[in-house]
Amino acid sequence: MNIVVCVKYVPDATADRTFDSTDNTVDRVGVDGLLSELDEYAIEEALTITESGGGEVTVLTMGPAQAAAAVRKSLQMGAHKGVHVLDDAIHGSDAAATSLVLAEAIKKLDHDLIITGMASTDGGMSVIPAMLAERLGIAQVTFASEIVVDGETVRIRRDGDVATETIEASTPLVLSVTDQSNEPRYPSFKGIMAAKKKPVETWSLTELGVDPAQVGLDSAWTKVTAYVARPPRTAGEIVTDEGDGGTKLVEFLASNKFV
Amino acid sequence: MAEVLVLVDHVEGAVSKPTLELLTLARRLGEPSAVLIGAGAGADAHGALASHGAEKIYVLDAPELTEYLVAPKAEALAQLVADTSPAAVLLASSAEGKEIGGRLAIKCDSGIITDAVDVEAVDGGVQMTQSVFAGNFTVTSRVTKGTPIVTIKPNSTTPQEHPAAGTVETISVQVSDNAKGARITETKPRGKSGRPELTEAPIVVSGGRGTGGDFSEVEAFADSLGAAVGASRAAVDSGWYPHAFQVGQTGKTVSPQLYVATGISGAIQHRAGMQTSKTIVAVNKDEEAPIFELVDFGVVGNLKTVLPQATEAIIKRKG
Repeated sequence: MNIVVCVKYVPDATADRTFDSTDNTVDRVGVDGLLSELDEYAIEEALTITESGGGEVTVLTMGPAQAAAAVRKSLQMGAHKGVHVLDDAIHGSDAAATSLVLAEAIKKLDHDLIITGMASTDGGMSVIPAMLAERLGIAQVTFASEIVVDGETVRIRRDGDVATETIEASTPLVLSVTDQSNEPRYPSFKGIMAAKKKPVETWSLTELGVDPAQVGLDSAWTKVTAYVARPPRTAGEIVTDEGDGGTKLVEFLASNKFV
Repeated sequence: MAEVLVLVDHVEGAVSKPTLELLTLARRLGEPSAVLIGAGAGADAHGALASHGAEKIYVLDAPELTEYLVAPKAEALAQLVADTSPAAVLLASSAEGKEIGGRLAIKCDSGIITDAVDVEAVDGGVQMTQSVFAGNFTVTSRVTKGTPIVTIKPNSTTPQEHPAAGTVETISVQVSDNAKGARITETKPRGKSGRPELTEAPIVVSGGRGTGGDFSEVEAFADSLGAAVGASRAAVDSGWYPHAFQVGQTGKTVSPQLYVATGISGAIQHRAGMQTSKTIVAVNKDEEAPIFELVDFGVVGNLKTVLPQATEAIIKRKG
């Protein structure tokens, strides 16, 4: 079973994430970035499936030159090869354009399954799996807790808010996995060394047959018109429990009409 | 006035509170039309929708669709968008709502904004407000192509009654075979806690590492306030509380009137899920815990003694 895992290079959530003031896009260059933590679960899932059933894992990303770091980390974990769609025209692309570029790249790759994380840790929209499935004309099953591959049939367990569901689908299929689905491996020393020899291809939009006018900030279907930093919360009252902490807590709640 | 399509979220005909919030917001943009897909919705559901502003109710009563995932709903909405040219399509910001929205956006060549906390008519268009980067920034945005498709977070507004015609129109949709690619073969309902739904509750009480694995004090305190119970990632990863109750970046984002964090340090991952709450209270043994930077009121102390005392005081007040 050949699997394409879509990964994203994101600004580090523990750093000061911000916007580029010239065009209101996410600042992806001035802030330390890394492979989105939630994508590691997708890579782990793909590796587990191919280790038992054979096949190759291709990791696919799009983004600025720095995004190569996300591909590298994926290869260190064990993915077999990487593809980085790199093109200046991509800057400022919204979810619709992102899904277009990824879908065109996936069409050029061997794929029975396409696996993503449950969300990116920056935009966090969680719409890419649905958009990819729509563009590829196939089904998607998202937020999988468990995936069992049985020939061309894939059984998925999904732990929803009100029920646990078992879902059956056939390949080709888009899947997203939660952070409860597995425990991502750390790259081993051997893995880090091996990654240096693994093939990584860099593709431009021309190679994908995507018209640059269909992507990027100017042709985005959505636009950020303004952003403001949330004002810091004004310092609240902190009391130390001296046997009356619970009582004081209730007094605060009562004075704010919560009880 | 143009229609505004609102996809109704319902469990066997019981209309969810976020749906009523969507109808309330839809009135700012045009005439709300509710779209009711699936089995089991009857007069009660129609009444609830009409009394909250639905001028029209499009009904697709198709029990066979409930066994498939989101794709058939996206196809039905796409057909309605083509037929009615609405000013916008509003959906709840649930996993399902966002996925239907994602497919719909591609089908209709339209921009999508997810997790909006507000939506307004501005300069003849629709302006959305979102809270991003763990709540550290507020962003306003527009859809610049097609029909604005917007998913809106629960608790973004208070549902308002607004009697409207609620004219029922039955629709039929030819669902493609492609849309039937993933089928639900088994559903095991989860036991009900009897507490309010986490993302909809006006008060949320969460427990973290400081509970040591025993949520009984947190639950008792929550129950005295009629609150939902949440948990930090540390508590969920330790297997102390189910993942469905996790508040944070990889769990639920909540924005209640009152959020009480107990035994939670307040790492960025947790803050991402609760920072936009109106009033924040924390109980934590460690006075250096970052959660105290966010609070309106904080108690430095052990939740194991502070919460039972507070619970008792609340019960006493309620007489």
